[in-house]
Formats: sequence, C-alpha cells, structure tokens
Amino acid sequence: MTSNSNLSNMRRLVEQLKLEASVERIKVSQAAAELQQYCLQNATKDALLVGVPTGSNPFREPRSCAVV
Amino acid sequence: PTIYVCFSLCPLGGTEVQLNETLAHLKTESETLKSKLEEERAKLHDVELHQVAEKVEGLGQFVMKTRRTLKGHGNKVLCMDWCKDKRRIVSSSQDGKVIVWDAFTTNKEHAVTMPCTWVMACAYAPSGCAVACGGLDNKCSVYPLSLDKNENLAAKKKSVAMHTNYLSACSFTNSDMQILTSSGDGTCALWDVESGQLLQSFHGHAADVLCLDLAPSETGNTFVSGGCDKKANVWDMRSGQCIQSFETHESDINSVRYYPSGDAFASGSDDATCRLYDLRADREVAIYSKESIIFGVSSVDFSLSGRLLFGGYNDYTINVWDVLKGTRVSILFGHENRVSTLRVSPDGTAFCTGSWDHTLRVRAICSLI
Repeated sequence: MTSNSNLSNMRRLVEQLKLEASVERIKVSQAAAELQQYCLQNATKDALLVGVPTGSNPFREPRSCAVV
Repeated sequence: PTIYVCFSLCPLGGTEVQLNETLAHLKTESETLKSKLEEERAKLHDVELHQVAEKVEGLGQFVMKTRRTLKGHGNKVLCMDWCKDKRRIVSSSQDGKVIVWDAFTTNKEHAVTMPCTWVMACAYAPSGCAVACGGLDNKCSVYPLSLDKNENLAAKKKSVAMHTNYLSACSFTNSDMQILTSSGDGTCALWDVESGQLLQSFHGHAADVLCLDLAPSETGNTFVSGGCDKKANVWDMRSGQCIQSFETHESDINSVRYYPSGDAFASGSDDATCRLYDLRADREVAIYSKESIIFGVSSVDFSLSGRLLFGGYNDYTINVWDVLKGTRVSILFGHENRVSTLRVSPDGTAFCTGSWDHTLRVRAICSLI
C-alpha cells in the first residue's frame, strides 16, 4: 500500500485546486460580448461564412458552380 | 488549515493511523476547494452566450461542397494538418503511411512508410520544410521534406519525442525547433527538435491525453489538452503548471481547438457534444448538441472569425454549428465511414476532413456571387 504516494498526490491535488480557485474571472456577460464582437468584426474575412468572389477561391471547380 | 507532518517511514501501527488521518483531512480540503471553485464560477454566470447573441443576425443556408477528394491511403486516415502555404496537406494512416499532398492538384508529393501501424498524429512544420508524425511507436519523429522526389525521406528521419505509450497528437510551436506532444501515457511534453531533449513535461491528466492545441501566438505561451479523464487542461508552457481545468464532458475528449482570439476553446467528445469554454470567465459557456446526435465527436475546428464550429463525427457526418447562437446550421455528408480528423485551412477558405473510409475531402463554400 503506497500510502506515502497517495499522500503526496493528495497534497499536489490540494495545491492545484488552490491555484485554480485563485484565478481571476470575469462575468460571462462580458466574456460572451467579447466573443461575439470578435466574430462580427472578422465576419467579412471569413470565407467559409460569407463566401468569396467567384474566381478567387483556389478550391473552386474549373467550371462555375450552379446555385441551387 | 494546518497540515500534519508526515513521517517518511514505512507505515506501521501508530504512524499508519496518522497517515490515514492526514489523507482524510486532505480529502476533505480538496472537496471543499472543489465546491468553492464551482461557487466562484457560478457567481459570474449571469447570462448564457446564446442570450447575449439573440440580437445577432442568424446565418442563412449553407452549401458547402467537396472540392477535392484525396485518395491514396490504404487504410483509415487518422490525422491531417495543413501547411502554412494553404495548399499542402500532410495526412497519416493506420497502414503506417504518411503522405504529403498538394490539395490544389491532388498530387502526392511525398510518402513515408513508418515502422509502426496506427500513425495517430502528424503535423506540418511552420516553415513547410518538414513534417512530424508518430503513433503506436510511442515516438514523434521529424522528417525533413526534400525537393528531390527520389530521395528516401526515411533516411533523414529524426526521433524527437519518446513517451511510454502511444503518441496521440503533436504540434510544432511557433518554429520548426520545438514540438509539443500528447500521449496515452497521460502526459504532454515539449521537446527540442535538434537535440531530442525534453524541455518540459506536463503532468495532471489522470488517463490518456488524446489531443492538444497551442494558443494563437498573440495570446502567449499556453496550450490546451483533452483526455480520457474527461478533462480539458490549460497549461503554462514555461512552468509546466496546469493553470485552468474544466471537467464538464461526460466522456473522453477527442479534440480541443482554440477560438481564433485565444480567449476560449472548443472541445469534442465521445459524449456526442461539442462545448465552448471561455478562459476569462473560467467556465463552459455553450454546449453544441442535439438529441438526434448520439455518436461521438472526433475532431473540431473553427472558421476564421470563430462564428462557425465544424465537428467531425463517428456517424460519418460533419455538423456545422453557429458558435454564438448554439444552433446547428448545416449537416454535411460524403464520407463513408467515421470522420477522424478535421482542420480549417490557414486562411479559412476551405476545410479538410480525413476519414476511416481511407480518403480526405477538402470542402469550400459554394460561391454565392
């Protein structure tokens, strides 16, 4: 029975939890607002979101794409 | 709270009783700290992400088509990575082969046969001049890519990382000089490529580590890892310390990926959900799930703006999620077996998936104009 290693593991766990508990946090409302702002600010550059002008997408088909 | 001194003698009689008391004491303390952590996190949980995003315009219909199919692997594709040049791709397979493709032309530029099967991890070097890979051999090896097609790449192979169990993931850091690895041995490690020296090891997962992702370079020296212990851990690369830990998934975490701003990360799990964790709020802020989705997620990645989250699933599909609103915007078909790996290209114009059906597919949005 490795009681000594159990003890040192538990000590490490307690120290780790103390560290995690001490992290400075912000409100979800603020964090969410900033995530949203980043999305909206970069939306026009996001080719998978808004598409790119025909002809400039390197992965386009050789012929034009039919929009369904 | 006082900490009892522990004698490092073999526990016998009275000393054993003292050890057990100390253990019990520490256990109580850890339970208290865990509750306190949850309490502190809950205090700041004033709203849901999708509520904040209610006023944001919804996304329309998405038509994403397969633009290239890369055929050539003889068995399940397990991993892939893009080159910074946005056109080359490295992929690795259960059959032991690692292939470098030109995704524009679908030509195979290089092929290496590894001495092991199940090459679960591969990565492209930032310079585009080398690839790293490994798997059941418990190692991560680097192969410089030669311009001479006839040159035997295996001859220049450099063994860099050594774990005591399978290599699950690897990634170069900002340069070709350092590699970060994760392993079935429960650890992550940072290595110097030239010397093979271990620079830092990261202990804290209680089971196999399955995935890792480096924070975008602007946000500093951290990375996130996910494992079979259902935890996602954020690490300080210099100190080796775990600085934040999240345990809300109900099963193995197969994939983790940072949000492009570096302030959050997404995870995909065998519990059939993807989740978003905000690092500054220090909590999970969204779950991407549907009752109809019951198969595990193998891999996740964000589109360039972070608005879309792509998830590759074990039911052969790709689900595309609106990150802000929490809803699914598209489901993509095409693969004939599990999707095992998924990455958006460096400039965000396309994304590639690899599958147990032996192929890779590159998809882009159908031009709307």
